[in-house]
Amino acid sequence: MVLLWTMVYGLWTLLMERPSALHLARWAAGIGAAFLLPLVLPNAYYLDVLTTALIFALLALGLNIIVGLSGVLHLGYAAFYAIGAYTYGLLSVRCGVPFWLGLVPAALVAGLAGAALGAPALRVRGDYLAIVTLGFGEIVRIAFNNLDQWTGGPNGLLGIAHPRVWLPGRGTLDFGVASAPYYYLTLAAVVLIAGGYVRLSRSRIGRAWLAIREDELAAGCSGIPVLPMKLLAQGCGGAVAGLAGAIFASKQGTITPDSFDFVLSVMVLAMVVLGGLGSTRGAIIGALLLGVMPELLRGFNQYRMLLFGLSMIIVIRLRPEGLFGGAPTRKAAHARAA
Amino acid sequence: MGLTPLQLFLQQLANGATLGAIYALIALGYSMIYGVVQLINFAHGEIFVVGAYLALSVALLLAPFALPWWAVLAACGLGAMAGCALLGLLIERTAYRPLRRAPRLNALITAIGLSFVLQNALMLAYGATDRMVPPLIPSVRWNLGGVSVTLIQAVIWASSAGLMGLLQAIVMHTKLGTAMRATAQDATACRLLGIPVDRVIAVTFAIGSALAAFGGILYSLYYGSINFHDGYLTGLKAFTAAVLGGIGNIPGAMVGGLILGLLEGLGAGYLSAQWKNAFAFIVLVVMLLFKPRGLLGERVAERA
Repeated sequence: MVLLWTMVYGLWTLLMERPSALHLARWAAGIGAAFLLPLVLPNAYYLDVLTTALIFALLALGLNIIVGLSGVLHLGYAAFYAIGAYTYGLLSVRCGVPFWLGLVPAALVAGLAGAALGAPALRVRGDYLAIVTLGFGEIVRIAFNNLDQWTGGPNGLLGIAHPRVWLPGRGTLDFGVASAPYYYLTLAAVVLIAGGYVRLSRSRIGRAWLAIREDELAAGCSGIPVLPMKLLAQGCGGAVAGLAGAIFASKQGTITPDSFDFVLSVMVLAMVVLGGLGSTRGAIIGALLLGVMPELLRGFNQYRMLLFGLSMIIVIRLRPEGLFGGAPTRKAAHARAA
Repeated sequence: MGLTPLQLFLQQLANGATLGAIYALIALGYSMIYGVVQLINFAHGEIFVVGAYLALSVALLLAPFALPWWAVLAACGLGAMAGCALLGLLIERTAYRPLRRAPRLNALITAIGLSFVLQNALMLAYGATDRMVPPLIPSVRWNLGGVSVTLIQAVIWASSAGLMGLLQAIVMHTKLGTAMRATAQDATACRLLGIPVDRVIAVTFAIGSALAAFGGILYSLYYGSINFHDGYLTGLKAFTAAVLGGIGNIPGAMVGGLILGLLEGLGAGYLSAQWKNAFAFIVLVVMLLFKPRGLLGERVAERA
């Protein structure tokens, strides 16, 4: 528990405004705690739950680029996760492409899909755009389900290779079905993406996204290329989901279209909103919370999803800006017709 | 059974229209609620299932009394609609009203949370397996020139047409309906004019939920069973229908529902039953790209 807390705290500090020496120390402690965590957990099951939560954190970070930074409500995000998972899965099963090589096309294809969906869809506005993304998500899922000569249909795509690493003196190591390697892999991905996200959101591109979110017309008049920037946001968000998908596929070894349904898209959105729109810490902690909570509630047995829904309602009521919100969102979040 | 191509077409049309009537009833609730509060009420699909289960309970309760089938049907209908109207009121008051000034996404997340709560409450109350629905409507089958039409289908068409006519009359010709349309246009101005906006919104939730409940009864009678997670896909499709017609627009929801049902019926008959569920969404996406406000929609929400 102490280690878990240190890890969360450390990750949090990592994303602070200006890292001072103290922050860096906390950051190192956080990573260290996260690194040591598997050694103290009573069994692999907890580690598995944490790994899943970390994959959710990746998805939440990616969706945060689309919803939090560029202000597009996306209801079909699971589609990009599915595209990434199936891209790596098919490359692995059909062509024997190893995991590390497969990561690149998985992220690339999902990113391109994001941008490609964005191009026509951004003509549509507001809530209608949300529905187009929802429709897209369903179409992708049903397509993977029905193209069974390639994807194995509802039975799933079987026999996806686990990642392998070569260690000096130990030879080639297959990740297999153990939990710890995936935990570290996902942790590394989260740290990488979160760091990248923070840098990106403070870069010229990130500021352009924020400007578009706050006032698209004014942003366009100030010389920001609105459409390319929006497409870039969709592409980046898609690519992160693709990466998460490839990790998920390599961990499971089998993927079925059911894993990528509308409920998942909605859950990731809930993580982003509960954590605080546009906040990096928020996305990670929202994902860890919603990812781990159903497991913590397992003691309540069949009441657990009911309690889960209730707690979502209560948190959003008590903290309207999300747990770590408070980022300046003038138009996107606050304005509404009274 | 040899059917001529025309007979086959008419048969698919009849099946599609039945589905379409059910979609339209649910779509109306999505559309009306969106019209007055700009909220995608994700819990609406669950209310539809609650309606079906309530009707099942009423039917089981009345089973010992050997009443004529239409009396049982009417009792089920009234019971379920009243129950769901109350549920709609309760949800609006406790979950959505406190959030009316909060960011829009919060209401959406609350709706999602509510839908988890309702779905799991239903599972706890009625079990996780499919529940058979007693055949309340006698299975009568007519042969109209080679096209078979059942009494259930006739009841679905007649009752949904009647309800939609009634709704249209309320919305267009009563004081309440005028207030609803005014609230949809500009709630602030309505408040200034002394229209009880909160009450109008509450009534809208009640009416929308009652219509969904009725859709739920028809759905469970048509398929002969109901399951606690039936609300997911059907709700999603009804919502699609509402957007197809132009969300916030009442005739649009009816037209959208009907079109969606027909497309699904014809698509399943002629193209591929496997892709049946994808048609709705493909049509939706393509249509929105060319007509970004839906078929009959005028207003567009600028707030993402």
